[in-house]
Amino acid sequence: MAVITREDIIKPENLVYKRTSLLVDCALSYCPGCGHGTAHRMLMEVIEEMGIQSKTIGVAPVGCSVLAYEFLDIDVQQAAHGRAPALATAIKRLMPEKYVFTYQGDGDLAAIGTAETIHACNRGENFVIIFINNGIYGMTGGQMAPTTLPHMRASTCPYGRDTETMGNPLKITELVATLPGTCYVTRQAVHTPGNVRKTKKALRKAFEYSYAKKGVSLVEIVSNCNSGWKMTPVQSNKWMEENMFPYYPLGDIKVPAAE
Amino acid sequence: MKELRLMKGNEAIAEAAIRAGADGYFGYPITPQSEILEYLMAEKPYETTGMVVLQAESEVAAINMVYGGASCGKKCWTSSSSPGISLKQEGISYMAGSELPGIIVNVVRGGPGLGTIQPSQADYFQATKGGGHGDYRLLVLAPASVQEMADFIPLGFDLAFKYRNPVMILTDGVIGQMMEKVELPEFTPRWTEEEIVKMSGDWATTGKTPDRERNIISSLILDSAKQEKHVKKLELKYKAMEADEVRYETFQCEDAEYLLVAFGSTARICQKSVDIARAKGIKVGLLRPITLYPFPTIPIHELASQVKGMLVVEMNLGQMVEDVRLAVNGKVQVEHFGRCGGMIPNPDEIVKNLVSKIIGG
Ligand SMILES: Cc1ncc(C[n+]2csc(CCOP(=O)(O)OP(=O)(O)O)c2C)c(N)n1
Ligand code: SF4
Ligand SMILES: [Mg+2]
Repeated sequence: MAVITREDIIKPENLVYKRTSLLVDCALSYCPGCGHGTAHRMLMEVIEEMGIQSKTIGVAPVGCSVLAYEFLDIDVQQAAHGRAPALATAIKRLMPEKYVFTYQGDGDLAAIGTAETIHACNRGENFVIIFINNGIYGMTGGQMAPTTLPHMRASTCPYGRDTETMGNPLKITELVATLPGTCYVTRQAVHTPGNVRKTKKALRKAFEYSYAKKGVSLVEIVSNCNSGWKMTPVQSNKWMEENMFPYYPLGDIKVPAAE
Repeated sequence: MKELRLMKGNEAIAEAAIRAGADGYFGYPITPQSEILEYLMAEKPYETTGMVVLQAESEVAAINMVYGGASCGKKCWTSSSSPGISLKQEGISYMAGSELPGIIVNVVRGGPGLGTIQPSQADYFQATKGGGHGDYRLLVLAPASVQEMADFIPLGFDLAFKYRNPVMILTDGVIGQMMEKVELPEFTPRWTEEEIVKMSGDWATTGKTPDRERNIISSLILDSAKQEKHVKKLELKYKAMEADEVRYETFQCEDAEYLLVAFGSTARICQKSVDIARAKGIKVGLLRPITLYPFPTIPIHELASQVKGMLVVEMNLGQMVEDVRLAVNGKVQVEHFGRCGGMIPNPDEIVKNLVSKIIGG
């Protein structure tokens, strides 16, 4: 029987999937198992497939993805905490022929940046918001976020989120979907191959709709923070399915009228 | 062809920006400067020059819009008055850290807090010593006429892009609201995308093309040694400004035995005080800093060898007087006379204070 060697397998004609060239070839700063890296990859695959690298300007937030500009091979601006939609508003208004997106966590988008988020959505700015909802402040070490689930523990609610005194998790995605300025609002995940494929499709639609001047597209990605949740990656994905998804159900919340 | 118009200071600054080829204005209403946004919305420059005009949801958003636009190599600016300028400090600090050009106009009102809508110069410290967090400086221009309100917009953009640093125009409700004859600047076309790429393509986020590396606008440098290097690089810019950009004006200083030092609208009032004092036989001159940062330290230091004393007149409790004292370095007596809370000093009381605090003292 002939022995199959490494050289027999690694051939261009056998290649079915490869890292997009728009992801910089370096180690990501994210914890192993974290959804941020997968979300980055889907985003850059979409930009590559659409052939819009030279026409795309991204805005990075303050949060674990503050260093997104290190990994994305496009022009990126790093915003102050929560202000990404204000930057994106100006970029898109001043360069309407560009594709513009923000990439923001839940603290960035739904706490400190709530005003910027809602008003950019309300003005119907033509850019894409990618919203990574992990229900916690990952970067600063696992404090309570506006999206932290009831009774969920975080370092600033060590006995669990008490909704009586700390409020209920903010469904900002549903909230902005009520605004006429948003055209496409959807909630996705990136923890399984099927969800990854759906997220990628959603991202592509988001870029297309907003570029066609239909308004803000917001793609929420419900994601794990295995470090902040103090779980293994596998446990965290299971916990996410059992606890996050019932509160933050996946699927389209708003699609453009024509569809 | 020169165009003369009778205009409010706030209107002149707005018209000058359209003519200077500004790309974007982002603002939020607050007295006494709301005419700027109102004038721009009425003029509709987005239909003529293509300048974007947007009423933001807050001063925080407005300055961050300036940040976003400036990062693309565009000429962007915003305006506000004191409470709104406090809100902008985060964005201003980020702009300084990320080395972004842009103009921030502060039509100062009395404070602290909500204060009063009447004119004041109480934001001198905030404008010249940093204002937001971190080690940085703004280049601060202080107009004393409606004409200078118009002139300092093109000048401000030139300086902002020369140094890749935010520029502040520090003025007050007197100059913002008063009407004067103004010769408007000639129209400068807005930069084309090609011109921007040529000028700022090595740093601005104009879209990564195959011929260059990606451009990143960020003020985040986690490595302490690198952060120190960055701040030292900023320091070199501030040193260059101190060497090359000091602007000031003197009035009747040739034979002066006493000196008034004042900026902005207070300097206008002090001119009258010089006339009153000279009519009484007191040889007084006036030095008006036009750039508050960089401060005219050397000319003031030199005048300290000529005069017997200086009175610094401000609409605050005593802020610029500290810089004058540093310049004089104990050589002669330096006193302060200030009105605050929206009160404007009158020429006679300035002379009276000169006599009581310096000459008689
Ligand atoms: C003005 C300001 N306040 C607070 C912080 C500290 N800070 C940095 S990241 C962060 C929270 C980030 O959480 P999130 O947006 O959910 O992003 P994640 O790290 O979870 O992806 C906070 C509070 C800051 N950098 N700036
Ligand atoms: S702290 Fe949480 S969100 Fe941040 S990289 Fe680690 S797992 Fe991801
Ligand atoms: Mg988070």
